[in-house]
Amino acid sequence: MTVAPLSHADMAARVAQDIPDGSYVNLGIGMPTLVGDVVSDGKEIVFHSENGILGFGPAPAPGEEDWELINAGKQPVTLATGGCYFHHTDSFMMMRGGHIDVTVLGAFQVSERGDLANWATDDAHLPPAVGGAMDLAVGAKRVLVLMMHTTPDGRPKLLQECSYPLTAAAVVHRVYTELAVIDVGPAGFVVREMVAGLSREELQQRTAAPLGFADEVGVLVPSGR
Amino acid sequence: MIDKRVASLADAVEGVADGAIVLVGGFGAAGVPVELVHALLEQGARDLTIVTNNAGAGETDVAALIREGRVRKIICSYPRSAGSIWFEEFYRAGNIELELVPQGTLSERMRAAGAGLGGFFTPAGADSLLSRGKEIRVIAGRRHVFEEPLQGDVALVKAERADRWGNLVYNKAARNFGPTMATAATLSVVQVREFVELGDLDPEAVVTPGIFVDRVVEVAG
Repeated sequence: MTVAPLSHADMAARVAQDIPDGSYVNLGIGMPTLVGDVVSDGKEIVFHSENGILGFGPAPAPGEEDWELINAGKQPVTLATGGCYFHHTDSFMMMRGGHIDVTVLGAFQVSERGDLANWATDDAHLPPAVGGAMDLAVGAKRVLVLMMHTTPDGRPKLLQECSYPLTAAAVVHRVYTELAVIDVGPAGFVVREMVAGLSREELQQRTAAPLGFADEVGVLVPSGR
Repeated sequence: MIDKRVASLADAVEGVADGAIVLVGGFGAAGVPVELVHALLEQGARDLTIVTNNAGAGETDVAALIREGRVRKIICSYPRSAGSIWFEEFYRAGNIELELVPQGTLSERMRAAGAGLGGFFTPAGADSLLSRGKEIRVIAGRRHVFEEPLQGDVALVKAERADRWGNLVYNKAARNFGPTMATAATLSVVQVREFVELGDLDPEAVVTPGIFVDRVVEVAG
């Protein structure tokens, strides 16, 4: 492939475009946390952390860390003006009860029906761990997945059926990769945008389920960041 | 006269029986009642079932209980944090039982116990391996899995301030599981950074009413 894929920063910025002003948003750990760094443009977004924070702000300056003010990834954060604390049961009411407008999650695999696999692989060496992934996947009003299009060794992550254990069935609305923005719905995968210079055939080769294409497929242009 | 304050950490964990189900607060390191868990280690109770979000890291608190062979079973959502070496070692050797529970289900199961409910149906995990063997019901067109209440014999919780009635306020995101766990155990034990006089806590700001608390011990710092 000779085309330039989007950087992680560009991928996060593309997701951020789709988060409406005034949203309550939960960002999964890993690449989705980058989205918090790029949502701006006058939007007021309230970030939720499963461990009991609404309205957390950026990381504190070195030396200012408060280890009783951490995010879901156990990293120190700050509290934005207007932010608040609450306990775990209330926090998961927000997640499961449909009060979170948007969640951005990483994934191992997504199926063409929107099944999400993001909590366990087939690696038996590691004890299983699930955290809040299942509650968030079933409860957020809109589930966006931000992930690389394939595994590091080139295997597709967009599939007809997930081979890894499911987190939740038929929950993913849209997938953002370094190559494309793809809607997931009754028609399966529908490509909305593709990175400049990539052909439909090349994208299909990296995807293990049939791709539909929107009437007008937008072009994703790397920013160089 | 109600006075739930106890003088020492040893008094705080006195009477915890072998085989007890112990709810331990905390998310990552925030809100872990480290000194109470160490007091339980000293106290010597064995064959424990520990309910906690993570499985301990490094050599302290829950990790130390596991290392010393006191834990028969752990019920948690995320036992794979960085530094969870003792859990991983015991798990690989088959020396500890793991019940993995989605985090919201873990919290809600304890809430159900504290609220006197016989369980609940949740969509979380209903399409996953974690619902295997459990009752599934379709409610409003969506699959839900039945989850039972999770009652502790003992809860160990960390809060910021308490009065002698056991009213509690917490600090920031160290609150996490504390308020729910305090409701869900037969004996709720809380370590606080500071005792205050009755009446000094703003009644509008009390997070855990003292009715849910049995013993409070001050651990400065």
